[in-house]
Formats: sequence, C-alpha cells, structure tokens
Amino acid sequence: MARNELKNSLAERYAFQLRIVTAVLFVLALFGLLFARFVWLQVAQHDKYQTLAEANRISLVPVTPARGIIRDRNGVVLAHNFSAYTLEITPSKTADSLDETIARLSHIVDITGKDKRRFKKLMEETRDFESLPIRTRLSDEEVARFAANSYQFPGVEIKARLFRQYPFQEVASHLIGYIGRINDKDLESLDEDGQLANYRGTDHIGKLGVESSYETQLHGVTGFEEVEIDSGGRAVRTLRRTAPQPGKDLTLSIDIKLQDMVEKLFGERRGALVAIDPRDGGVLAFVSKPGFDPNLFVDGIDPDSWKELNESPDKPLLNRALRGEYPPGSTFKPFMAIAALEGNFPLTRQTIADPGYFIYGNNRFRDSHKGGYGSMNFDRSLPLSSDTYYYQLAVQMGIDYIAKFMATLDLGQLTGIDLPGERPGVLPSPEWKKKRFKTPAQQKWYSGETVSIGIGQGYNSYTPLQMAHGIATIANRGVMYRPHVVATVVDPASGKKTQIEPQPERTLPWKPENIERVVQGMVGVTQFGTGARTFAGAPYVAAGKTGTAQVFSLRGGKYNAKAVSERLRDHSWFVAFAPADKPTIALAVIVENGGFGAAAAAPIARQVLDYYLLGKLPAALTANASAVASAPAAAVQEDISD
Amino acid sequence: MIKTIWNRIKQPIDPWLFLFTLLIFAVSAIVLFSASNRDLDKVMDKVTFMGISLGVMWFFANISQQTLMRLALPAYVVGVALLVAVALFGVTSHGATRWLNIGITRIQPSELMRIAMPLMLAWFFHHFETTLNWKHFVAAALLMVVPVGLILKQPDLGTSLLIASSGFYVLFLAGLSWRLLAVMGAAGGALAYTVTHWDLCINILQEYQCRRVATMLDPMQDPLGAGYHIIQGTIAIGSGGVLGKGWLNGTQTHLDFIPERTTDFIFAVFGEEFGLIGNGVLLVLYLLVIGRGLTIASRAPTLFGRLLAGAIALNFFTYAFVNMGMVSGILPVVGVPLPLISYGGTSMVSILATFGLLMSVGRDRKLMKG
Repeated sequence: MARNELKNSLAERYAFQLRIVTAVLFVLALFGLLFARFVWLQVAQHDKYQTLAEANRISLVPVTPARGIIRDRNGVVLAHNFSAYTLEITPSKTADSLDETIARLSHIVDITGKDKRRFKKLMEETRDFESLPIRTRLSDEEVARFAANSYQFPGVEIKARLFRQYPFQEVASHLIGYIGRINDKDLESLDEDGQLANYRGTDHIGKLGVESSYETQLHGVTGFEEVEIDSGGRAVRTLRRTAPQPGKDLTLSIDIKLQDMVEKLFGERRGALVAIDPRDGGVLAFVSKPGFDPNLFVDGIDPDSWKELNESPDKPLLNRALRGEYPPGSTFKPFMAIAALEGNFPLTRQTIADPGYFIYGNNRFRDSHKGGYGSMNFDRSLPLSSDTYYYQLAVQMGIDYIAKFMATLDLGQLTGIDLPGERPGVLPSPEWKKKRFKTPAQQKWYSGETVSIGIGQGYNSYTPLQMAHGIATIANRGVMYRPHVVATVVDPASGKKTQIEPQPERTLPWKPENIERVVQGMVGVTQFGTGARTFAGAPYVAAGKTGTAQVFSLRGGKYNAKAVSERLRDHSWFVAFAPADKPTIALAVIVENGGFGAAAAAPIARQVLDYYLLGKLPAALTANASAVASAPAAAVQEDISD
Repeated sequence: MIKTIWNRIKQPIDPWLFLFTLLIFAVSAIVLFSASNRDLDKVMDKVTFMGISLGVMWFFANISQQTLMRLALPAYVVGVALLVAVALFGVTSHGATRWLNIGITRIQPSELMRIAMPLMLAWFFHHFETTLNWKHFVAAALLMVVPVGLILKQPDLGTSLLIASSGFYVLFLAGLSWRLLAVMGAAGGALAYTVTHWDLCINILQEYQCRRVATMLDPMQDPLGAGYHIIQGTIAIGSGGVLGKGWLNGTQTHLDFIPERTTDFIFAVFGEEFGLIGNGVLLVLYLLVIGRGLTIASRAPTLFGRLLAGAIALNFFTYAFVNMGMVSGILPVVGVPLPLISYGGTSMVSILATFGLLMSVGRDRKLMKG
C-alpha cells in the first residue's frame, strides 16, 4: 500500500515535471519570437529606422477644428468663437522660478492679481508640461512688446487661439452651459471613449448644458499637419496637411427672446420655468434663476468669482429647472384628477361635504381654504383647488395605484432630456420608502402619509422639468414626447441640416372624455378659479393650475406669511397650457418663497402665454420688473385661496 | 543579538529571486532617469516604492503555506463577492464599472483577483488531489469563468484576459489533458484569425477593441492616436541598432516622440538607448526570474505549492511578454506596464507580493528538509 502511494506520487511528480518542461519551452518560444522581432527591427531594418529617426524631425502637429456655433430657433447666436492672442507659460520649461518669470513678465504686459490667482488655480488642475494662459486677449501693442523681449522668457509664448464667447451672458446660462479647460477626469473619459487622439491640440471641452451633452458634435474632427522640425524642435516647413472637420452648429428649440423676457420677469427672485411645445417635446424656454456668466469659466475662473458663485445662498450654480426637486403642491392635482377618472373611482361621481378639513384616523388635515366650500365635487375641485376633496381621493385611490399611475407620466423618473445631470425627483411609494430608509419604523408606510400625497405634499418632490413634461402630456392628450432642447444639427461645411426627430415616448391609453374633463377643470382655474384674476381679459383660453409648496411645516401651526422669514415662505407654482383645445405651449413655473401660486408664479405664466400666442412683450418689463409681479399679489391674497 | 535579527530577516528570503529582482530594479532606475528627462524626483519616488514592495514581499514570504491554503477560499469568495457588488452598485466612470465606493476611497476588486485566482485554484486541486478526475477540471474552469466573466462585463478585456491566463496556467500545470490543450490551441488560432479580420472581429468584440487590433496591423490608420504610439515605439527600438544610442542619448526619447515613455512605453526608451544587446540582457533577467520561479515550483513538496509557484512564474512571464510585444508592435496596445520597470507603484507592489508567495513556497521545502 505504502509502496503504491509512493509510486503514484512519483508518477505525479514526473507528470508535473513534464508540464514544467513544456512551460519552459513555451516561455522560450515566445521570448524567442520577441528576440527575433528585436533582431528584425534592430538589425535587419536598422538602417530604415535609423534614417526615420534622424529624419524624425517630422512631427505630427494637430490642427484643432473650430467649435460649432449654438443658435436659438430664430438664428440668434448664443455661443460663438473669436480669435485672440494669449500669453502662455509652460511651467516645466521656464528658466527661473515661476513667480520670478511672472514678476518679470508683468513689466512687459499688464498682469493683474486676478490673472495670477486664476493661473495658480489652473496649475493645480493640470500637469506641468501643459502650456497655460497667464493673460488672454492681449492688445496688438502688448503682442509687439513681448515679441521684442521673448528671448528673455524661455517657456513663455504668444499663441493665437479661438475663444468661446456667450454674448447673452447670464441669460440661459444653465441651458447653454459652458466649456472649460480639459482636466484629468475629462482625459480619462476621453481615453475610455477612444477620443484621446481627436483631442490632441484641444484645450477645452463642454462641461455643462448643451456644450457638454452635444460635445461630440460641437467638437469636430482634429486634422493634422506633418511638420519638419530642426534639432531644436522648431518647425521649418509643412509637408502635408489633413484639414480638420469643423464642429457641427446647433440650432436650439429655445426662443432666446422669450427666455430673456422670463429671466427679466423673475428679477432678483429665485426659481425656474420650463416651457415645452407639447406637440413635439421641443423646449421653448428653460429658465433657472439666478444664473451666472458662463464667460467666466472659459479660461479658468478666478478663485474670488468662484467663491462668490459657490457660496452664495442663492445657489446660482444650481440648475433648478433640471435638478431642483420641489414638492409640487396643488399643481399635482391635475395628475390626481386624471388618475382618479382613469381608475373610475366612486368619488369622481359623488358630491362630498367640505367642512374645511378632513379627519383621518386621529389626524385632522386642514384645507387651506378656511371653513371649506360646504360641498365639493370633481368638476369644482380643480378650479377651487379643494384640499379636502383630494385628501379623500388619495385615500380612496391608495398609494400603490397613485405611484403606479404617476410613474407613467415620468414623475419621479428621468425625462431623458438632452441635458446632462438631470435629477429624478421622488415619487413616493411603500417600495421607495423601504429603499430610502434604514430602520423598520422609518420604512413602514403609514396610511396617513397617503393623505398629504393627494395635495402634492408629503414626500412628493419633482423638478420643474418633470412638471412641465407631465402637463405637456395632458395638453397633448396623453401622447408623450421626450423633451429636447436641440432642434437641428447643422454641418457648417456642407450646410446640411439634420433635424432632431421628435421622439414619441409613449401614448397613454387615457379615455378622451376623461382628458377633456380634466382640461375643463384646468380651464376653470383661469376662468373663475384660483387663477382667474391673473388671466382676466386673455383673448385665448388657457388651462392652468396654481400651487403652493410648503417649505415650513404647517402641521398644527398656522401659516402667516409676514411672520415667517423670507426663506421659509412657501414656494409659488403655476402650470399651464394654451390654447386649451389645441395647445401649442405647456409650461411649469416655480418662484421660490414666492407665497401663493396665484401671487408670484401665475403672472409670469400669463406673460409667457401672451408673448408666445400673441407676440406681446410686457410693457412694464423695462420700467420695473419686480412691480409686474408684486402689484397683483396683494389683491389676490384677499379672495383666493390655494 | 544583531545576528539573530539578521537571520530572522533573511530567513524567509530566497536569495536568487531576491538578487534577480534587485538587478531588474537597477535597470529600472537607470532607464527611468533617462525616460523622465533626468528627473531625480521621479527616480526617488520609484526607489521609495521599491522599498515598500520589498517590505510587502518579505511580509508575504513569512506566511506559511498552511495559512495560505486557509486563506485561499475566503480570498476568492471575498473577491467574487466584491466583483458582484461592483456589478450591482459599482461606481461607473466613463462607461466602465470597475470601482467600489467604500466610503473613504474607491477600490478596484479585480486587483485582488489577480492573487486570489491562482491561490484558489491551487488550493482546489490540492484539496481534491487524491480523487482528481475530469469533473474537477470542469469545476475549476467554472471557478475561473465566474470572476473572469464579471470583469469582462465591466468591461475590462485586458485584465480579464490576464486573470484568465493565470487561472489557465494552474489548470495546465494540474494536468489538463493534452488533447484538450490541442483543441484550445486550435480555437486560439481561429480567434486570432477572427480578430485580425475587421469584418469578422466586429461580430464578437466592441468596435474600439477591433480598432486597436486593426491599428496594430496598420499603424498609419490612426497616426495621431494608438498608431502614433506604435510608429514611434518601433522607430525608437529599430534605430537603437545592436549597441543602442547610449544612455541619455536617445533622440526619440529626448525629442518627446515617445508617448507615455515612463510608463507603458518605457521599453521603447530602453530599446533605443541600449540596443539589441540591452534587450537581450533584459530578456535574460526576466528569464532568470521566471526560471527561478519554475524551479521553486518543481521542487515544492505539495501540489498546492507546485501549482501556485508555477502559475505565479508564468503569469509574470505573460506581463513581460505582453508589454514588450505591444511596444515592439506584435501585439495590440493594451494598458499593461513593463513589470518592475515602468513608473508606478501599484503594479510593482502586487508583483512583489506574488514573489513573496513564491518565497513562501520555496521556504517550506527547506523546512521539510531541515
């Protein structure tokens, strides 16, 4: 037995040695192949490569394509390029220390403290061997002065570069976005996409907005020149040239005049507005206030401006329309209404008592209309914005049905708009709560929570884009288009236009009579309901809904607009579309801390519809922007509740 | 007293492997000084990393084989679990999901798999040594396919192939049937034929991967991108000739023609300045390391030790071959550094960790004898 084992183990040892020998042969064969390759390159082909290396004063120099131009729907230029001289330093090549070089340079060209700080910040973000601008937009005189002294400054060069400029500055800044210098993270992503070669010679890349989401089209294809260089590395002559393909121009569906008007109407107030053509999903205005000047970012923002933007309590860098998640308040009710009709819930056929509150369990849910309307039914519930009615409706429908229905409207989902960084909002449901919270007590869905969901409070929170998209879906009678901001891509070389086709997302199987009933309810809002005063005298029929989103918890306490500080005041919402029978525009607008929906948001919506449908610009705009909104506000509060 | 400490330090070290490593380190420092344009800081960085990785090597060399065997299964399970976690909640960066956020930092679990895979398979065959039959090879292949598939899905073709090869070496050494090997060789040939023909390649691989192969075959297709690397790397090596242009005298290197010349393409610098003779010496140094590893493998008393040591030695060979093959233009460009020589610490630390494992296997033999 023992002998057998020994024998086996010896046989195994032998088998293993055979394997090792095979492996050695394998290694030797492949290393031999390598060595043969070295002999081929270094002996047989040596002369050829020797010549190539000596003549390898042929350098491939990338030729950067011009970046595409961005225009609005009427051809107004929103982002373009201009050529200017910059003074650039390659930190690894300077003769003395960087500070000394800059100090000496400042005797020749004007270099401010701001320039120096901006340069320091750029240096932290990039590597030493990159050429970085210390001054941009040199005057001809400065160029001449430096050229005469350039021999004193190794590693410092004058370069002619194309600069990006945004002529409208703050207007539509969140939408257009900006380009900035390529950093390590961008490089990594370009590498992954196999785009690194195409970006040799490019310093800038889209960082935000359309500039980022359409980067591939805007950038174009880099060309290259074969340049002969002398032993010092200077170019002697160009041998061959492959021309670059310029980036594509973009035409947006945005009307910059409308956009500008809305931003002026907001004045100093914070908020957002999204207007969509419900027939194809084209975005007409995409406002987030306050904005910022994108020109600041193009060549590296200086630390002071950055600090100011970043630390401002108004959060100008936050794209509220795309990323701001707000409780929708009563603007949620039209969605509840169509959900109730489609589910054929009994409450839609009943008249209920409305004492101004709803008791559920041990809780008393207050109606914002003090004392209630006595009785309430489906058709009056939207115009008068009855909380009591929608509290009960929510309980009857149940949270599972509500969550399932709202998801089909893209609420709590990404709409898929062609802008980067969209946020999904929160569509509350028992499943969502389970995922969101950790302890079982927090995870449990309390039936009382369903009640406030009915009036768009509770965990509900959506972006202005989602609200506009949802309202556009009702306006277009259930046929959903994916929202998009770019309408056409234009090839500047051939002039060939590529239309971005409207993308039908899905058609919701709603009954036409149900849709018309909800539309009638929303028309009632502007005819005799909570938005009637704002829409008095409009020559078109608009459908709308006011909303007030609580910032400050109301439970138990009594809300007094004057007593709570400005930041805790309610957000003012309005959603609308017009003309009600064949809508060509749908919108959602929110004014942060603006109070009642009818007070701050509705007047902006009215001005947008007036402009879009009648071509009318508000007269008061040039005189005093804030007066437009604050004048009706005082009057509305007396007789309208929301 | 001092002698005791000295003995304690050198006791787990395999002198030959240690010597060959130091020789390659010396080559690394010399060529890096030239490749970095005489940047002493960079060389000192590298030397620091050499010190750290030698420490790591010593640490691993001290672990006994019994402990290694006990660690094999947990390391593999943790590795696969982390890879599954990556697939489920990994951090996606530019279309690839390779990282896991653990609060303080991001980790890349495929790195752990480089050690865990040969460890696991070696332990597996060792465990079933007495009853070994074809079913165990099927099971081992499955153990290999799961992590390799997960990494392939990230997607990270290069790493998954290298890990697959380390697993394959264990299977081979454990006695995978010759007939099957012949079939696999034929399949490999067919695959090579497929990927080198664009129309066929596009059916099985991503477009960018096929583009890399096509660029290798005809560098002028992409003269600004990967093709540029290949063209300039080949010119550098070819112009070096038999004797090389001499240290610090490479024109390709110093006129900035070689991209990534301190990392993945450092071999182009070496070939240009030290010529065919230098290349031969480097091949010999690598062969010595591989040979020492295989010697340790063939003398190891346990199947576990044999398989682990053999797989580590052959895997080291794969890295060296793939990098030099890619720089000299016979393999497509994949991001594999030249082992122990390229600038960068992570890969050096993990290679010396495996050397530590080799020494651990080698040391146990001594103990059994003595």
